[in-house]
Amino acid sequence: MNILVFVKRVPDTESRIRIQHETRTIAEDGLNFVISPYDEYAVEEALRLKEAQGGTVRVVSVGRDETATVLRKCLAMGADEVLLVKDDLPETYDGLRTARIIARAVERKLAGADLLLFGKQSVGADNSQVPAMVAELLGLPQATVVTKLEVEGASATALREIEGGLEKVVLSLPAVISAQKGLNEPRYETLKGIMAAKKKPVPVVTLDELGFGAGDLVPAVETTGLDVPAARQAGKILKGDPAETARELVRLLRDEAKVI
Amino acid sequence: MIAAYLEIRDGKIKKSSLEALSEAKRRAAELGVETAAVLVGAAVSGLAPAAFAQGAAKVYIVDNPVFADYSSQAHAFALAGFAAQAKPSAFFFAATAMGKDLAPRVAARLGVALVSDCTKIAVKGGALEFTRPIYAGKAFLSLRLKSSPQLATLRPNVFPVGQAGEGTGETIRLEVAIPEGSTKGRVTEILKEESAELDVTEADIVVSGGRGLKGPEAFSLLRDLAAVFPRAAVGASRSAVDSGWIGHQHQVGQTGKTVSPELYMAVGISGAIQHLAGMSSSKFIVAVNKDPEAPIFKVADYGIVGDLFEVVPKLTDELKKALKD
Ligand SMILES: Cc1cc2nc3c(=O)[nH]c(=O)nc-3n(C[C@H](O)[C@H](O)[C@H](O)COP(=O)(O)OP(=O)(O)OC[C@H]3O[C@@H](n4cnc5c(N)ncnc54)[C@H](O)[C@@H]3O)c2cc1C
Ligand SMILES: Nc1ncnc2c1ncn2[C@@H]1O[C@H](COP(=O)(O)O)[C@@H](O)[C@H]1O
Repeated sequence: MNILVFVKRVPDTESRIRIQHETRTIAEDGLNFVISPYDEYAVEEALRLKEAQGGTVRVVSVGRDETATVLRKCLAMGADEVLLVKDDLPETYDGLRTARIIARAVERKLAGADLLLFGKQSVGADNSQVPAMVAELLGLPQATVVTKLEVEGASATALREIEGGLEKVVLSLPAVISAQKGLNEPRYETLKGIMAAKKKPVPVVTLDELGFGAGDLVPAVETTGLDVPAARQAGKILKGDPAETARELVRLLRDEAKVI
Repeated sequence: MIAAYLEIRDGKIKKSSLEALSEAKRRAAELGVETAAVLVGAAVSGLAPAAFAQGAAKVYIVDNPVFADYSSQAHAFALAGFAAQAKPSAFFFAATAMGKDLAPRVAARLGVALVSDCTKIAVKGGALEFTRPIYAGKAFLSLRLKSSPQLATLRPNVFPVGQAGEGTGETIRLEVAIPEGSTKGRVTEILKEESAELDVTEADIVVSGGRGLKGPEAFSLLRDLAAVFPRAAVGASRSAVDSGWIGHQHQVGQTGKTVSPELYMAVGISGAIQHLAGMSSSKFIVAVNKDPEAPIFKVADYGIVGDLFEVVPKLTDELKKALKD
């Protein structure tokens, strides 16, 4: 089976976010960048499918030169090949722009895949857009937010999370899947893997080489403001006898907050 | 025109879709344009009155047995067909499991940008400005969409549902010929959680437990507390889920679900940044923790410092009494 996995380089979730007000962007200095956590489930699922059924795993990322580091991690985990699509723009929040780049890269450089695996959302932008957009641009079926995947021959069955339950989606391949926590437990890279990854190349393709012209990828999202959330008012903290504090809390919820 | 897609589950319009329609109505009124609703399904015209009652002037219906089962491809095709014909300036979806699956496909089909998970929409200088959390709520981004229609998904439980009225309007049936191969993926079955519990994202009140519960048994204390309210659900921290004390669909936070209930109660939860990511947009936050220094108290409106095993049963009793009056 020929599997493509799409990963994004993002600030790790422990990061303290600082806002640059003039440019309405997040300051990048001092941030620790990682592969987006849901994308790791996608990489792991691809490796497991390959181990069970044979085939190749290619991992692709759209981003700046620094993105090579997360692709190396994927090589160390066991991916066969990687591809960096070089895009110099910082975060645009325009999922369709990224999806267009990915769809074009698939058509021109990565044809013949049976399965396209994504994370359910890239942490940070928290968009949850790219996988379904790529599916639509390529005319493929999709299952997003998947916690269980079975592939047999030319079809796949996925369980996806919905409110209060799961949906079973039956898909014919090729198909797009986005991974949710619960799908698997990602492996750690081994020392041997890390050493081997160092020797493998990280090929780069430019937007130009994918046939995009200067005006083709102007973001359609315009940032007009970026702010930290309004600080919550310091709350009322009750101490002492459990029965009394419980009674006082209920009184506050009813008379002051009026939520009950 | 501002339109809202109305999601149907179990033969009813989802509450989060009514929230999206109500917000469409409010912003449309401000802009002096019409409000429309869109229904896609098999034999769904009976639901149009509910949309009129929420202020839709027009209800577009795509009614075809093909849509009995959800297929993101076919549904996106129908909704893009609606947009091409009715030409709304904005089109809202609820940011539910279905909305998040469908809206990006519709956007890609129309070749327009989408803003996900909005928590505020304003009219500024005659144009819509969308605000949404990024970095799991550590920052809020405001933005405009330069493509049309402007597509947005709206976070459930954030936008109020308007007062239902006696409204009527025009019903417009759309014929959509679904092309071959549009159902290469489709839902064949819905597996409900056995207990038929309310999902944490849909509850008005969420009572969550963490490592402080020390085991699965104490979750019954939280279930008892939740049972006092009509629309409450039990949530959990990742530690509780990873310990196997409760199913992972209950997890609230960065890698779990994002909830915005009227009232969120964090019991035996320290308040790690990844947990706060999932619940800090709750309207009121209550914390019960034995450690007065626990970070959860920094975001809580009300807190009790104490042993949850003593406090929670008392709280359940007091709530029962209060709700009886
Ligand atoms: C990439 C990533 C993603 C993550 N995603 C999530 C996520 O989605 N959701 C999430 O919740 N976490 C997430 N985490 C984990 C998070 O960092 C914390 O580890 C976790 O939230 C801690 O859970 P807790 O508060 O239950 O446990 P603890 O931090 O151990 O807190 C337990 C609390 O219980 C209190 N306590 C103990 N006994 C009692 C008692 N008898 N009465 C009252 N109080 C008591 C203690 O004082 C303490 O404050 C993530 C972490 C990472 C790295
Ligand atoms: N720049 C990118 N390069 C490669 N994959 C991406 C990129 N951005 C998003 N993705 C993929 O799309 C998923 C969802 O991202 P998003 O729509 O941004 O939330 C991610 O988990 C990745 O799998």
